[in-house]
Amino acid sequence: MLIKNIPDIPSSEITPKSVYMNRRSFLSGAATLGAGLAMLGCEMVKLSEVVHASTKLTTVKSQFSTSEPETPFKDITNYNNFYEFDTTKYGPANLARNFRTRPWKVKVGGAVAQKKTYEIDDLMKLAPLEERIYRMRCVEGWSMVIPWVGFSLSNLINQMQPTSKAKYVKFTTLMDMTQFPGQRSQVLDWPYTEGLRMDEAMHPLTLLTFGLYGETLPNQDGAPVRLVVPWKYGFKSIKSIVSIDFVGSEPATAWNTAAPNEYGFYSNVNPNVDHPRWSQATERRIGEFFKRKTLIFNGYGDQVASMYNGMDLKKYF
Amino acid sequence: MQRRWIIALKVVVWILCVSPVSWLAWKATHDLLGANPLSEVTLSTGHWTLYLLLITLAISPLRKITHLNWLIRFRRLVGLFAFFYGCMHLMTYLWFDKFFDVHEIVKDIYKRPFITAGMTAWALMFPLALTSTASSIRRLGGKRWQVLHRLIYASAIAGVVHFWWLVKRDLTRPEILATILAGLLGFRIIDRLLATRVSRPAMIRPETTKRTAPSGVSSG
Repeated sequence: MLIKNIPDIPSSEITPKSVYMNRRSFLSGAATLGAGLAMLGCEMVKLSEVVHASTKLTTVKSQFSTSEPETPFKDITNYNNFYEFDTTKYGPANLARNFRTRPWKVKVGGAVAQKKTYEIDDLMKLAPLEERIYRMRCVEGWSMVIPWVGFSLSNLINQMQPTSKAKYVKFTTLMDMTQFPGQRSQVLDWPYTEGLRMDEAMHPLTLLTFGLYGETLPNQDGAPVRLVVPWKYGFKSIKSIVSIDFVGSEPATAWNTAAPNEYGFYSNVNPNVDHPRWSQATERRIGEFFKRKTLIFNGYGDQVASMYNGMDLKKYF
Repeated sequence: MQRRWIIALKVVVWILCVSPVSWLAWKATHDLLGANPLSEVTLSTGHWTLYLLLITLAISPLRKITHLNWLIRFRRLVGLFAFFYGCMHLMTYLWFDKFFDVHEIVKDIYKRPFITAGMTAWALMFPLALTSTASSIRRLGGKRWQVLHRLIYASAIAGVVHFWWLVKRDLTRPEILATILAGLLGFRIIDRLLATRVSRPAMIRPETTKRTAPSGVSSG
């Protein structure tokens, strides 16, 4: 059933993973038929797993990519913070299995020349998809290197022509308790919202993200479309976006609302400004034994520091 | 209960108490600790320290309710295992988180309330583990030993507070542990109050009759 929902993208080189995996397990299933019914049972399990596999995306390389070794796909897709599913790390991968990412609409509105609602497959075609290998630093003190696929959010913003009233951009995640069991608990004020200042949203590093490792986003990583703001703590990179609004004042954001003294609106990665309860000076890169020093703006200072000139980063944390 | 049954049960308790760390070791050697194995070891040893502390604290109330006096013979065993997991948990912090950087550790204890609470919980368990032997009870005398070992209440409170303060947002688990701890400590308070209320009339009755007589005279 999910196969028919695979996005309609330039298809010359793609064989959907689900198809070739199915083909393989069909062949191996046939080969092992003689091994009896038990083996057939195993094959059926494999089939049900690959139904959820994602689709390959065609990408171009980006000058913004880091050359650091990428975190394994297995870790990026199993170690997740996605409180809409649950508050554990390994829960979302399982709970997100049947999350429906088609049909999916993204409503863009607020202070713009003309409001518009995008079908996800149209939104993906707005600009060429790039592979951007970014560092990702979680506020909890761990980090990854992730090859995202997407394009600069500025492509969409330029298309929408925000008016002079637009000072901030507000993002909202889908609200759907039937698909997001975590939204039944009061752990955050649902739906999840995030925000950026206009210049931050326009910054070329700010990525509207549709995939990782060359394929559409796995559900537990924020499918079908999420934000990635690599110089800010991970929770700023909002997942499963359904609306984008241009607004005149600083929007309320989920974690800031939940604990204003712990999570600021800006939440720039900063080793010199500790979380009230723990240090942010070091981090553990997933897969490494020793901790490494956390870099200001997560190492993107050359590109982004000028946006915060004259700002007290301890006050505007 | 017969001696051989006690021994058999002790073996079972040993196996149960060792199983969480064995499971961790097995997962570690089979690459099953997930993306952040060191964090997994820290969390798991921390959880088991608290669980075993609460089980230790549950033994006396359980004995009172069920009148199964032999239960008390398992209290030290479980308590020492709580200390064992507490030591491993502390070790994961000193090693994997701070790499034995004394300066950083001292700063952390001073600056971070949840570290202060965790260190306190461990430090309070330490003298109890040291004086857990029968000869220590003899040396200290039963009364003094008992007073010293009331430190476990403070240790458990500090441990649960440590957990409460470090959780990012979802307080469900610390809340459950705090509720259980409150129940276990509350039982002791109520038990005490009831004990004094029951024993008081017998002791006090002659006194009160004596006292009412003169007061009746003076007021009249």
